[in-house]
Amino acid sequence: MYQYTENDQKIIEERVAQFRGQTSRYLAGELTDEEFLPLRLQNGLYIQRLAPMLRIAVPYGLLNSTRLRKLADIVRTYDKGYCHITTRQNIQLNWPQLEEVPEILAQLAEVQMHAVQTSGNCIRNITSDQFAGVAADEIEDPRPWCEILRQWSTFHPEFAFLPRKFKIAVSGTEGDRAAILVHDIGLQIVRNAAGEIGFQVLVGGGLGRTPVIGSVIREFLPWQHLLTYLEAIVRVYNRYGNRANKYKARIKILVRAWTPEVFAEKVEAEWAHIKDSPETLTEEEVKRVKAYFTEPAYESLDDATAEASLSNQAQEHKAFSRWLERNTHPHRIPGYQIVTLSLKPTGVAPGDVTDSQLEAIADLADQYSFSEIRATHNQNLVLADVKKSDLFALWQKAKVAGFATPNIGTLTDLICCPGGDFCSLANAKSIPVAEAIQRRFDDLDYLYDLGDLTLNISGCMNACGHHHVGNIGVLGVDKKGEEFYQIQLGGRAGTDAELANVLGPSFGREEMPDVIEKILNVYLQNRRGDELFIDTCRRIGLDPFKESVYAKNHH
Amino acid sequence: MPKIIIKDKIVDDKWEVLPKVFLGEPPVNKLLLLPMKYWLEHSETLRLPVLGIWIDSDEEVEDIGEKANMFPVIAINFPSFTDGRGFTAGRLLRERYGYNGQLRAIGHVIRDQLFYLKRCGFDAFQLREGTDLEEALKSLNDFSVTYQGDADDPNPLFRRDQ
Ligand code: SF4
Repeated sequence: MYQYTENDQKIIEERVAQFRGQTSRYLAGELTDEEFLPLRLQNGLYIQRLAPMLRIAVPYGLLNSTRLRKLADIVRTYDKGYCHITTRQNIQLNWPQLEEVPEILAQLAEVQMHAVQTSGNCIRNITSDQFAGVAADEIEDPRPWCEILRQWSTFHPEFAFLPRKFKIAVSGTEGDRAAILVHDIGLQIVRNAAGEIGFQVLVGGGLGRTPVIGSVIREFLPWQHLLTYLEAIVRVYNRYGNRANKYKARIKILVRAWTPEVFAEKVEAEWAHIKDSPETLTEEEVKRVKAYFTEPAYESLDDATAEASLSNQAQEHKAFSRWLERNTHPHRIPGYQIVTLSLKPTGVAPGDVTDSQLEAIADLADQYSFSEIRATHNQNLVLADVKKSDLFALWQKAKVAGFATPNIGTLTDLICCPGGDFCSLANAKSIPVAEAIQRRFDDLDYLYDLGDLTLNISGCMNACGHHHVGNIGVLGVDKKGEEFYQIQLGGRAGTDAELANVLGPSFGREEMPDVIEKILNVYLQNRRGDELFIDTCRRIGLDPFKESVYAKNHH
Repeated sequence: MPKIIIKDKIVDDKWEVLPKVFLGEPPVNKLLLLPMKYWLEHSETLRLPVLGIWIDSDEEVEDIGEKANMFPVIAINFPSFTDGRGFTAGRLLRERYGYNGQLRAIGHVIRDQLFYLKRCGFDAFQLREGTDLEEALKSLNDFSVTYQGDADDPNPLFRRDQ
C-alpha cells in the first residue's frame, strides 16, 4: 500500500495547520459562516442535524491495521465509540466537536490519513474496486492510478471551487465493481491491440436528483496523458458548468445539454493546448507509485489440499459453509480467498462499526491478511488475502466479534445512507427501514433462495444510498412533513448498469416490510429456473409488481 | 486609500474599477480598470494612456487573448469567492497567452484562497473588506510543497528536482 514520502507527509501536516487556523478564525468571528462553510467542507466537516459530521478519506478504500487502530482510538476519544463506512469507501464520525476536529486531523496525519476533499465542490476521494489487485479478472491494478490521481487532485489550485462536487472512479477489471458508469468521470483501464495500457474515459454519469449513465468520450487514452486529459475535462467543466442553479450544476447536466459528442470536442480542443505539457506522466513516476502496490509475500500453496479440507469443514458446520458461500470470493492466487466482513447484522445501522470491532478487525488483518483492510462501497470491510487454510479460524473469530453474518450479496446486505437519524438533508429516516427489512427477512434459507439481490436505501434524492442502481431502490420522500418511501425496481450497478424505474405512489414506513415481501413474492412466482431477481424484473416489467403491491389500495 | 496585497507586500491600491455600466466617458486622469467588454468595443477611439481591464467570471479570456500584454494590469472578478472560474482565467492568461503584467484578483476573494490564486498566476489580491491583511500574508505560504504544475512552475512534483 502507498506510503507517504516526506513531501506527502508535509502537505498533510501543513493542511492540519491551515485548518487549525481557519477553525480558530471562525470561532473568533473573523471568518463568516458563509466563508467557513466551503473551507470546512473541503476538510470533510459538515454541520449536521445533531452535531458536526467528519468524513475521513479512505483513498480508494485502502486501510491497514495501524490506521484502523488509530481510528478506533479516535472514535473512542472524540466520538461515541463508533463510526460509519460510507458508500464511497470513506469513514464518517457522527459526533465530533468542532473545536476538536483540528486535533483529530493531526492524529489522522500521524497514520497518513486525512479528510481532504471528502466534501465540497471539488474533486472528491477517488474510488475503486474493493478487490483491486486480487481479482481474478483484472486487466491492471487500478490502485497505482488512483494514487496518481489522488496526488494530482489534492489541492489542485484551479479546481477547488468547481460548480459542484466531482467524483472519479477507476476500474481495472472487465466486470465493473467501481460503478464507473455513475461517476462524473469513470475510468476503465483497457489494453489496446499493442498491449499498451490506457483508459476508456466516461463522463457525466451520476445519481442524485437527475440520475444519468455516463457516456464514453474517449475509447483509448494512453496512460501518459491521464492527467492532462482529466485536467482538460475538469477545466471545461469549471468554466462552463452551471453555477446559478445547484441542481443543474453537476457535469452530467452540461454533458447532456451539449451532448457527449460536443462535450468531447470541447475537451479535445482544450486538451490540444496542454497535451504533452510537463503534467504528462512519466514511466519513472508510474514505476515509483506501482512499487508500493507490489504483491504481498504470498506462499505457494496447494489449492487442492486447501479446498479438500475446506469442504470437510463446510460439511461439518452448516453455518461455516453458508459464510464460505456468501462472504468469500475467489482470489487469483491458489490457496487464497477474499473475505468480506459483513457490517450488516440485523439491528446495527448498515456500515456502522465500533471501536473494539475496529481493533478486532485490525488484529484479524495482522494475523490473516498482511495487515491490510479495504472498505467497500457496499459498506462492508474486506480482508483480501486470506489463506484458505485460515478461513475456518478466521470465521470463528469474526463471528464472536459480530461481523460474520453470512449475508453478503443478499437482500439484507443492503446499502443504506445515514438518513434522517443523522443527515440534515434527509427527507426521511433510512436506518429504521433497513432494520425492519432485515428483521422481516432474517431466515437464511429464504435469503439464499432469493439469491443475489441488491436493496439500496437513500433518505433523500441526493442518493447517497445509490437507490437508482439497486435491484430494489428505496427513496425517502417528504409529503407535507411526513416521511414516506418511494420504491424503484430494476436498477443495477456494474458494467451493464441500469437505472431503476419508479413503481408508483409511496408508502408509510410500517408498510415497507409487507411491500417488499409482495415484491419478492412476485419474483418467486415468476422466476424461471435460477433466474436472478433483476433478470426476472427486467423480463416481466413493472406491471406484475404494481398489480400485487397496489392491489388493495384500489378497491 | 484602500490597501491591496501586491506580491507579498501591502500597498496603496491606486487603481479604480470602472463598473460595467457607467455614464459618460471614462475619466482621463485616473488609473482605471475598464470592463473588458467596454475596451473591446471602444479600443479604436479610446484616448487613455496606460490602462488596465477587468474581466468578469462569465467572460472569456480568449476575447483578450494575445492582446493581454498591452495592459500593465488585468483584474479578474470573483463575484463570489465560491465562483472558481477565475482560477482558470488566471492560468490561461499566464500560461496560454504569456501575460506578464500584474494579474489581480478582485471582488469577493478571501484569505484562504491566496495560495491557490498565487499558483494560478495572480500576483495582486484585493481581499474582502475587513480582512487583516498583515495576517493574511501568511496564507500566501500555507503550503511549502505542491503536487501539480502551475503558473509558477509548469513541472509537477514528480518532475521537479527533489
Ligand atoms: S441520501 Fe440524502 S439523507 Fe441520505 S445521507 Fe445522502 S443527503 Fe443524507
